[in-house]
Amino acid sequence: MPVADLVIGTELPPTTLTVDAGRLRFFAKTIGETNPVYPDTAAANDAGHPDLPVPPTFLFSIELDDPDPFDFLAKAGVDLRFVLHGEQTFTYHSIAYPGDVLTATPRIADVYSKKGGTLEFIVKETAVTRAGGSPVADLKSVIIVRDPGVGP
Amino acid sequence: MTNAEVIEVGAELPALEIPPISRATLALFAGASGDHNPMHIDLDVAKSSGLSDVFAHGMLSMAYLGRLLTNWVPQHTIRHYRVRFASITPVHGKPTATGKVVTINEVDGERRAILELAVTLADGTITLTGDAVVAL
Repeated sequence: MPVADLVIGTELPPTTLTVDAGRLRFFAKTIGETNPVYPDTAAANDAGHPDLPVPPTFLFSIELDDPDPFDFLAKAGVDLRFVLHGEQTFTYHSIAYPGDVLTATPRIADVYSKKGGTLEFIVKETAVTRAGGSPVADLKSVIIVRDPGVGP
Repeated sequence: MTNAEVIEVGAELPALEIPPISRATLALFAGASGDHNPMHIDLDVAKSSGLSDVFAHGMLSMAYLGRLLTNWVPQHTIRHYRVRFASITPVHGKPTATGKVVTINEVDGERRAILELAVTLADGTITLTGDAVVAL
């Protein structure tokens, strides 16, 4: 029961990412984006954006910019090979743009197990704010740790 | 972009068909998203865990479903977006993202549509289910 070492309510170290247009274009290209608003600044301007909008799921990547983003799992004894993403939620407050300095502040919101402990669940809630404190989005991730003896 | 006046319960979003997911896409998505978990890019690590191959990042499919949403409405109208990852997407899996309007209601004086979302592979496997709330 490795995740039993994770204490509900624990705040994890915040991660800060400065949004960069090149990174957004790379992300857009990778997901096969065809809507010009995402990679093309002129198209974004024509659609009323001051710059390229940060797309809806990119906010998940802020925490991953930490040099060791899965450290909290490793410290709890979780083997990353047996981790699955169970659920992901975004609640949006405002769109972020290149130059925004975004901070993701995660906390462990819940920990529980199912199926006699063969599946363990970690619920992580993350507030994303820009410098100055205005809210961008609230994220919730459900992480599943499976028993190595049971397939995904 | 869709005119909000024509959005009604039962309306279906134009499906988004994605080409089969290649290993190159997984490598690039690892870099672009920052998710370097080797289970998605390193066959040796996947095999060491008992799997026969790497599998796609769940967030890649959530990004495809996000494209479905932002093809349909401007991003600033999306209030809430949630998915449950129902099964893993294998390499060469061919996802199709779909959505339909299931409810229209009014919250805090704002008219909103609730969408039911899914990603399905060519063999019928549902890999993601979810919902989104969009201001009309």
